[in-house]
Amino acid sequence: MLLSRKWLEEFVHVDASDKDFDEAMTLSGSKVETTADLGAEISNVVVGKILSMERHPDSDHMWVCQIDAGQDAPVQIVTGAWNIHTGDMIPVALHKSTLPGGIKIEKGKLRGVLSNGMLCSLKELNLDERDFPYAVITAAALLNDYHPLDKNKPSIPADIKAGDKVFGPVVCARILEVAPLENGTFHTCADIGADTVSPDTICSNLHEGDLAAYNTQTGSYCTLADLRAEQAEFPHCINDGIFILHEDCKPGDDIKPVINADDHVVEFEITPNRPDCLSVIGLAREAAATFDQPLHLHTPVVKGGGPGVLTELLDVETPDADLVPRYTARMVRNVKIAPSPKWMRERLRSMGVRPINNIVDITNYVMLEYGQPMHAFDYRYVKGGKIIVRRAEEGETLTTLDGNVRTLTHDHLVIADDTRAVGLAGIMGGENSEIVADTTDVVFESANFDGTCIRKGALSLGMRTEASAKFEKGLDPLNTLPAVDRACELVELLGAGEVVDGTIDILNFVPQPTVLTLEPEKINALLGTDVSAEEMVRILKKLDFQVENNKITVPSWRGDVKEMADLAEEVARFHGYNNIPTTLMRGQTTLGGYSEAQQLERTLGAVCRTCGYDEIITYSFISPTYYDKIRWPEDAPRRQSFKILNPLGEDTSIMRTTTLPSMLEILTRNYNYRNKSAQLYELGRVYLPGGADGLAIESKYLTLGAYGPDMDFFTMKGTVEAILQEIRAADVHFQAIQDNPSYHPGRCAAVWAGDQLIGVFGQIHPLVERNYDVDGAFYCAELSFDALMACRGATPEYTPLPKFPSVSRDIAVVCDEAVTVGTLEECIRKGAKGLLKECTLFDIYRGKGIDDGKKSVAFNLVLRADDRSLTAEEADADVQNILQALEQSLGAVLRSGN
Amino acid sequence: MKEQLAKIRSEALAAMETAQSAAELETLRVQYLGKKGELTAVLKQMGRLSPEERPAMGQLANEVRAALEAALETTGKKLEAAALEARMKAEAVDVTIPGKPHKIGHKHPMYIALDEIKDIFIGMGFTVLDGPEVELATYNFDKLNAEEGHPSRDWSDTFYFDQDSRVMLRSQTSPMQVRAMETMELPIRIIAPGRVYRKDEVDATHSPMFHQVEGMVIDKGITMADLKGTLNTVMEQLYGKGTVTRFRPHHFPFTEPSCEMDVQCHKCGGKGCPTCKGEGWIEVLGAGMIHPNVLRMAGIDPNVYSGWAFGMGLERMAMRSFKIADLRLIFENDVRFLEQF
Repeated sequence: MLLSRKWLEEFVHVDASDKDFDEAMTLSGSKVETTADLGAEISNVVVGKILSMERHPDSDHMWVCQIDAGQDAPVQIVTGAWNIHTGDMIPVALHKSTLPGGIKIEKGKLRGVLSNGMLCSLKELNLDERDFPYAVITAAALLNDYHPLDKNKPSIPADIKAGDKVFGPVVCARILEVAPLENGTFHTCADIGADTVSPDTICSNLHEGDLAAYNTQTGSYCTLADLRAEQAEFPHCINDGIFILHEDCKPGDDIKPVINADDHVVEFEITPNRPDCLSVIGLAREAAATFDQPLHLHTPVVKGGGPGVLTELLDVETPDADLVPRYTARMVRNVKIAPSPKWMRERLRSMGVRPINNIVDITNYVMLEYGQPMHAFDYRYVKGGKIIVRRAEEGETLTTLDGNVRTLTHDHLVIADDTRAVGLAGIMGGENSEIVADTTDVVFESANFDGTCIRKGALSLGMRTEASAKFEKGLDPLNTLPAVDRACELVELLGAGEVVDGTIDILNFVPQPTVLTLEPEKINALLGTDVSAEEMVRILKKLDFQVENNKITVPSWRGDVKEMADLAEEVARFHGYNNIPTTLMRGQTTLGGYSEAQQLERTLGAVCRTCGYDEIITYSFISPTYYDKIRWPEDAPRRQSFKILNPLGEDTSIMRTTTLPSMLEILTRNYNYRNKSAQLYELGRVYLPGGADGLAIESKYLTLGAYGPDMDFFTMKGTVEAILQEIRAADVHFQAIQDNPSYHPGRCAAVWAGDQLIGVFGQIHPLVERNYDVDGAFYCAELSFDALMACRGATPEYTPLPKFPSVSRDIAVVCDEAVTVGTLEECIRKGAKGLLKECTLFDIYRGKGIDDGKKSVAFNLVLRADDRSLTAEEADADVQNILQALEQSLGAVLRSGN
Repeated sequence: MKEQLAKIRSEALAAMETAQSAAELETLRVQYLGKKGELTAVLKQMGRLSPEERPAMGQLANEVRAALEAALETTGKKLEAAALEARMKAEAVDVTIPGKPHKIGHKHPMYIALDEIKDIFIGMGFTVLDGPEVELATYNFDKLNAEEGHPSRDWSDTFYFDQDSRVMLRSQTSPMQVRAMETMELPIRIIAPGRVYRKDEVDATHSPMFHQVEGMVIDKGITMADLKGTLNTVMEQLYGKGTVTRFRPHHFPFTEPSCEMDVQCHKCGGKGCPTCKGEGWIEVLGAGMIHPNVLRMAGIDPNVYSGWAFGMGLERMAMRSFKIADLRLIFENDVRFLEQF
């Protein structure tokens, strides 16, 4: 919401700098985003009057002007503009001045002639013709500016002179005299050879001595279009030039007030509970309360007396009464469509609204001032003089003011006449009833529509307008009447038409003011303050709450105030949030801390980092195609995912049931960034269907992913083992997995703790890597957090350190390739007779000396008794047992030659 | 014989003194004091001496032996020290050669920030709650006083899983307030960090998934002054003693009065600079006294209990702490980024 400080002044006098104003308003609850000083970039630009002008001695298109800029001596300025005349008032950027866009003007020489500044166009002051409609420039095509497209074949001879024929009725006219008139046009006198003519013209670029093309039939000078000429042929025939001021100003005046660049515009962030603050009056009320200044409100006064009887002219029906709490309308006749006056245009523009014409501008003005959206219809197009506010028919179409054809449904509310819709209620008017130049009778609509209906309607059409944005927040139905009266008052003020007496006002609701009991002790108890009841009453009264004894009547525009807590906020806002004391909580103390699961999360993170893994965060939603990428079969049950019905895109459209693709994506990204290695972990959720209340079962997974020169299956396995060791999982064992489609069938294992499956890890399947367009030898592990939680070991108990020395023996056995190390180890442990304490693999050998299909596996065995020193014989006996077991159960024989 | 001893003494001492190595010294020891050594050889001649001469000569011989042994020891020690010195010299390393790398992983900056917050609140007696991200609209909106028609319920803002807009991705951590009220005993002091989802396109400051921390206290006699006091303490712990804060009125459907909390810009001290976008203040969180409707809907009597709640965006806080300019870096997970923290 924008607010012009100048407009605000009409309602409340606030003597505060931008910074102070912004801070005070922000702290009382109207958050200021920024304040724009409209003239911040303009300095040292004044009003000037052209005293005289002479053609530049060395230029065919420049003028040397003497300007009265309110200084002792005239200022000489050279300009290339042709629309100026002696006596014109113009904006002058003096030496060392600045203009919008960071432009700096300094004196200098233009083709040898000193110029002490610059005359400004509208654009150079960041204005356009909508701000000053009278400043539109029309240029005549000057024959002395003619540049033939083909030098050899000029359409107009270079030596053309007055009276020479150009074509048809058009002859060359030599301008003898130009006299600017009051209304911005010019009286001229020209020699056309045989005769002298004296036409009035709107062309502003004619000067004594110029040769113009004069149409003897129409009695007017020809423009570029009249000559059907190209711009290049008349390079200086442009509808642009210096902004000729027709304002109440004098030479030397600062230009800023003249063009309203002295206004400061504040941008507020208005929270949705305060639609009343989407208006100048609403913000003025807040400002008055904030700065403790009186608020000057104005009651519109309408003289009326326009021709006709309103009830005969207009009839309104509201069949869908629940969607139209109130419909108020008045009529204006004998309307004269024209630009609105400067002050109105300035205010609209400063608040970001484009001026259009007096009637449309009035509706916008009232919307800004009162916060009540208004609409004006051309009465001609309200067939039968009847307005029906109804739900649209399914498929009914309406062309809105923006020129778009809208297809409507039963959920849209339209303003219609007997035959068709003429507007989309609360959103935008229809093109078929638009105010146009020859509109003579106007209906002003000031209505209150159901917020939800308008919001949904606007949303479904994708056309949130300023009006709909206001309605959707719920407006004050009591505001429609003053707003429509204000519009009529402005019509009369502007002389834009005659207001018909009377008002159509349909009320489909019963006004029920909210009355609350003021309970100062409860408010203080909630805030932790000690504000007196008198002070509370004073604050509430400032905001136009009615107070009688301890009964508070909430103003109609404050639908957000419903109970004590709401009153407490009002008190707090103006007592000052920062004047509320700061205390620490009393009451029963509570014991904070992490739950066991949270502690495990922390432990897991710490182990992963110790192992060199960096933590990542990935999106919980993925693309359904990711399941293809990790080669899950079409019918895999885990593909059943929560599907977002309105996703941002396919890539983020379903909730993942596996963290693997998220990890692979990040590995791929790092790989593609040419990072040599990456070791990553994430403790993230998957979302499986089947939870309570139709929600998801959100299980956590610890996912590891890695690639790089030092990475292989056993490095990943080592990390998995480290994690399980850290949480003291017992009976950890591994099982080869050949059928996980995402992993290399020969390098994938399931990890178990006892009969609890913890997860799976291994090298990613080359075909999966191919789906990610990488060849990086990725390794991943997916460990279930719930399983890890379940297999945590108990707090360790101390075991006494060994008192007796151990004996170490190395054995190497030859066995079939198919026999796994795990099986051998298991067999060794079984074969040992209670003395074996450790069994560590140290070598696997294939090749010379070992038959094909066989391998030699070497273990270091540590044997120890807890109660005595072992003898070599005892140890050897045990080793013999082990060797026997190996041979008998696995056919693994002691490698000969050892 | 006397001359012999004197000769041995002077020769041996000279040789021992100039010995260059432990081996050379050992050779000298053997040469003079060994079983077949020169001194031994001289002593073997003692038998040929007269008994009168023997004591004097014996004494002399012992003196020579002692002198030689002393010399052996002195030189030995000297040589040992020299050898050690030489070894140390030989073993000296270039200490500027990099150490053998031991890679330690890094916590994600967002979680560094979160852990800091968790620790602060745990220290104040809060527990940490975890809850569903696929959530019922009832918890995300209705029970938080955001009625049907609240703009944030629009399909343009929130992700839904069914046409009835019943199941959704939570758009805030605030449903955890309701879940806590419904399941926990009073008084309650909780924080609930987690992922939240909104329909925002990815750019430098937006992401469809981000993180919030919710906090809530409910007890008898809890006031807005307590809210201010507690959150001020938190900010002092996060940003240092003397951190200046301010509270501004704001609006949330589930708190009344509502506020936003700003921290004075650490960069410019409140004067206004690019870091604080010229405002002098940086918005850190939204908070307020729990709306009586919210308490009522959870079956808590607002006439007996009151409470306050806050919610803060974690990404923004982490980005501030670590001066991360672009939110996309947080979710890009480039190791070159991760390993900076």
